[in-house]
Amino acid sequence: MKKTEIAVIGGGPAGLMASLAAAEMGARVTLIDRNSRLGGQLVKQTHMFFGSEKEYASIRGIDIGKILSAEVLKNPRIETMLDSTVIGYYPDDGVLGVEVEEKTFVKIKPEKVIVATGASEKFLPFENNDLPGIYGAGAVQTLMNEHGVIPGDNVLMVGAGNIGLIVSYQLMQAGVNVKAIIDAAPNIGGYWVHASKVARLGVPIMTSYTVKAAYANELTGALERAVIWQVDNKWQPIPGTEKVLKVDVICISVGLSPLAEILWQAGCKMKYVPQLGGHVALRNENMETTVPGVYVAGDVAGVEEASSAMIEGRLAGLNAAKSLGYDNGTFNEKRREALEQLESLRSGPVGEKIRQGLAQLVS
Amino acid sequence: MLCTKGIPTAEDLATRIPPEERRKKGPVVMIECFQKIPCNPCYTACKHGAIQKFEDINDLPSVNFDNCNGCGLCISKCPGLAIFVIDETYSETQATVSLPFEFFPLPREGEEVDLLDRSGTKVGRGKVLKVRNGKYEDRTPVITVIVPKELSMVVRNIKVGGDVS
Repeated sequence: MKKTEIAVIGGGPAGLMASLAAAEMGARVTLIDRNSRLGGQLVKQTHMFFGSEKEYASIRGIDIGKILSAEVLKNPRIETMLDSTVIGYYPDDGVLGVEVEEKTFVKIKPEKVIVATGASEKFLPFENNDLPGIYGAGAVQTLMNEHGVIPGDNVLMVGAGNIGLIVSYQLMQAGVNVKAIIDAAPNIGGYWVHASKVARLGVPIMTSYTVKAAYANELTGALERAVIWQVDNKWQPIPGTEKVLKVDVICISVGLSPLAEILWQAGCKMKYVPQLGGHVALRNENMETTVPGVYVAGDVAGVEEASSAMIEGRLAGLNAAKSLGYDNGTFNEKRREALEQLESLRSGPVGEKIRQGLAQLVS
Repeated sequence: MLCTKGIPTAEDLATRIPPEERRKKGPVVMIECFQKIPCNPCYTACKHGAIQKFEDINDLPSVNFDNCNGCGLCISKCPGLAIFVIDETYSETQATVSLPFEFFPLPREGEEVDLLDRSGTKVGRGKVLKVRNGKYEDRTPVITVIVPKELSMVVRNIKVGGDVS
């Protein structure tokens, strides 16, 4: 059995920052990620981040991922396990089961655990939603930005949140035509600046519209056209408002839900909070759940922006290290700074939903 | 319109257009930022004290137009690609618009391109005056394009190639 002081599960923005903060205080960290490289979703983010300098504003997500990964890899207190999936947490003895490179099973006994597993994409029910050509937005980003493969020629984007808007922009950059961005909500959910970026490329945004059905080409079996229709203010479709779009790709971007399986296994008290994307763990201001020694950070703690995920990670890392007695003398200052940054990021009108969600969660 | 189409209305724009007096004096910044989001790199990028320090990071940027010399260093640093520099003194009948442009192929200086408005609709043809694509721009090139003066507040994008008609 392998032993470590702090196990961080997930090497995205939250997990990277958690590892760095805990190591900075003096703790020994094992960072575990199921991918072959660190960075999580940062790797696919070609746009510049919002926020302030402290949250790497104006730097592209992909570059932030490189900066943080390089710092983690050269830090002697952090051991990184890649191609390693945490497949179980056994609360009786506090052991993590990890499958390494799909070959070996390793047991790790950490003194503290920081869960930074992120979130997965929600899907949308409609007729023929399993046709070839229908993707989640994350899959489209992986195809294009990681593997350099375009998903098709003409895209219907479903969802006008930040991800839907950003991926539409990236598709247009890659020379793929986005025929329309639709959203069932009456208003654009993402930042208006992202909406304006795609609007001035000539991409129409249609709010109060949803997908009715998708149809395949009879010969190839692949997606050939989509039928969309309008919804009323009670989200009910209005017959007679159907429009047909000739598309070979439908990209679904209708939100994320926290990947909380490990927290369920650990016995954390969970709560369904729609504003945060689904079931999330009750936690205190230090990011510690109801199971002592188990911390959360990033989207698994409530779906939000990468900038706040990074600060939550730092907060969880600092507190987990401190609980083991590690403090390089800057703990109080760093903790206060992180709390202030989070409060300022969430204090505006676009943070209202997050504030409502967190109010139900944080003790 | 902004919240349903992503296109600002004339009323939205009125809050952001630099005063006419100032526009007559030379290039000046126009920040098309209408929503309070947590973001402040435009302030950090401004070396002339034109973009004011944010009291609250969620505030809209506030510009002291007299301090702005139209240098455009803020254009490529705005994560929302919402900053433009307008020069209505370029000639008697023409103005220039400097805009962020993250598409291949980039136009060449002197090349004619389609001029597009905020909905991506073609409103004319114009010549590219300058392409800034150095280390500072960091993959957000800044294009300065010559436009008819009456379109200085209309043109916000270009299409390379396009129809010669």
